[in-house]
Amino acid sequence: MRSAPIIRLLGRTVVVLLLGFIILPAVVVAIAAFNDRALLAFPPEGFSLRWFVKAFEYRDFQTGFHNGLIVMLSASAIAVVVGTAFAFALDRYRFAGRGVIETLLLAPLVVPHFTVGLGFLILAAQLRLMRSFTVVIVCHVVLVLPFVLRSVYISLRNLDRRLELAAESLGARPARVLFTVTLPLLVPGVVSGWLFAAILSFNEFTASLFVTAQRTQTLPVAMYNYVREYADPTMAAMSLIFIVGTTLLLTLANTFFGLGRVLNVDDAR
Amino acid sequence: MQRRPFFALFVTPGAVTALVFTAALVAVLQYSVRAHIPGSLDVGGFTLENFTAMLRPLYGRVFLNTLMLCVLTAAVSLIAGYPLAYALVHANSRAVKSIILVTVVTPLFLGEVVRTYSWIVVLGNNGFINSLLLKLGVIATPLELLFTVTGVTIALVHVTLPVVVIMLAAALSHIDPNYRKAAESLGAGPVRAFFTVTLPLSAPGIIAGFTTAFAWTFSAFATPQLVGGGKVNMISNLVYQLGFANFNFPFAASLSVAALALTFLSLWILRRATRPFEQLGQH
Repeated sequence: MRSAPIIRLLGRTVVVLLLGFIILPAVVVAIAAFNDRALLAFPPEGFSLRWFVKAFEYRDFQTGFHNGLIVMLSASAIAVVVGTAFAFALDRYRFAGRGVIETLLLAPLVVPHFTVGLGFLILAAQLRLMRSFTVVIVCHVVLVLPFVLRSVYISLRNLDRRLELAAESLGARPARVLFTVTLPLLVPGVVSGWLFAAILSFNEFTASLFVTAQRTQTLPVAMYNYVREYADPTMAAMSLIFIVGTTLLLTLANTFFGLGRVLNVDDAR
Repeated sequence: MQRRPFFALFVTPGAVTALVFTAALVAVLQYSVRAHIPGSLDVGGFTLENFTAMLRPLYGRVFLNTLMLCVLTAAVSLIAGYPLAYALVHANSRAVKSIILVTVVTPLFLGEVVRTYSWIVVLGNNGFINSLLLKLGVIATPLELLFTVTGVTIALVHVTLPVVVIMLAAALSHIDPNYRKAAESLGAGPVRAFFTVTLPLSAPGIIAGFTTAFAWTFSAFATPQLVGGGKVNMISNLVYQLGFANFNFPFAASLSVAALALTFLSLWILRRATRPFEQLGQH
């Protein structure tokens, strides 16, 4: 077993290098965001916060943020209701079309987003719904629904059915069992499903590029248009805000929910 | 007693959503067989011309490019993801586990635009890598990293790596450690134990990771668009360009249909080819 320590050292080096690869863009963006010069340059020349000011004052980012919130809140709320209800149906009932509907609802996981986006764009044009939030929200519901469905379905599978039977045998009607026993037990699955749906909707880009108009464009679309037109570090400042915000949110989620459990990667033993 | 309480309430919203999604897919399908009227957003009569036009070498190359980038990205993600997943599952300290998990998962939630922009800053001619190498005197002229297959692949791997690590870690964490211990007690070294026990038992994770990375890369748009800069094109870029620069929505739709067919065909072939290995992981 002489080789074991060498292998371990090698393994650790590889892991550290890979983590470095993942972090590298974030670090570089952070350096670029505080650079005083209008063009990207390394090492940065002078320290400045003006790109952050510009990012906050840029109108398209403000409306994009506002629109993104509207779409995120509506789409994730609708997806949670639809996803939770259908997860129930999948877990409890056998019915005609069950497999077909399930396949269709999970399909957005593998159907390219540009196909989904193009589909809703054509549909919106035919229904004269262009430039309305409706089409953006419906498109996002379809895209984030698989995550809610999966999360709630796993919680339902792990639910102890005897608790429901106990409530029933004590005389509770189906509605009462649902609202006082089943739903409260599902809260962790529903919340984590909602969290995934909300984050993914807020960041969704490709399909949004197809279905949003100037009036309804979300933040990622506004940022994409900015990158195409300007080369100054405003976008670096914006990216850094995103990176810090997301990392904080995930660290919090990890502390309170245990991300490993949510993502099913914790050691089973 | 009612046998199926709330049945309609549970099923209807999902069924309606599935119907709306089907309508969107049908809209694409329907447009793909209609004639394009130049200068107009309205479409003409039924035609199969869009599909025959796709056979031109120009488009064939984009299809091949897309498939190549998908396979390359998925393979690199697997090779890079395995050590990370292994470290995530087998790290002894909780703190190290948390650091690896949060680091790996964060890019997943950042969105394509932020990630892609970051890579432009890293890979560009005035970007981080070139400035560093020029300063150190390693190179005399900036390396061509943006607008190349290498650059696009690096950025694409960054996107798919988190999900591959999660799938591999899920598979690795469900392997009974006693199997490895048994192999080691029978005299197998750690390397042999890994290749004959752990690696084969993680086959379901490897297959799931490869498949998902493949499908995700197929769907990528901003990364090839911005990092590829028009020199490395994927089907997604072509669809967007045809729709929003040429307003040829029928042709964009037919390309989407072909892309969808290609996605499902690839996933089906992958599933067929990996079926023998799938059973290996069942225990």
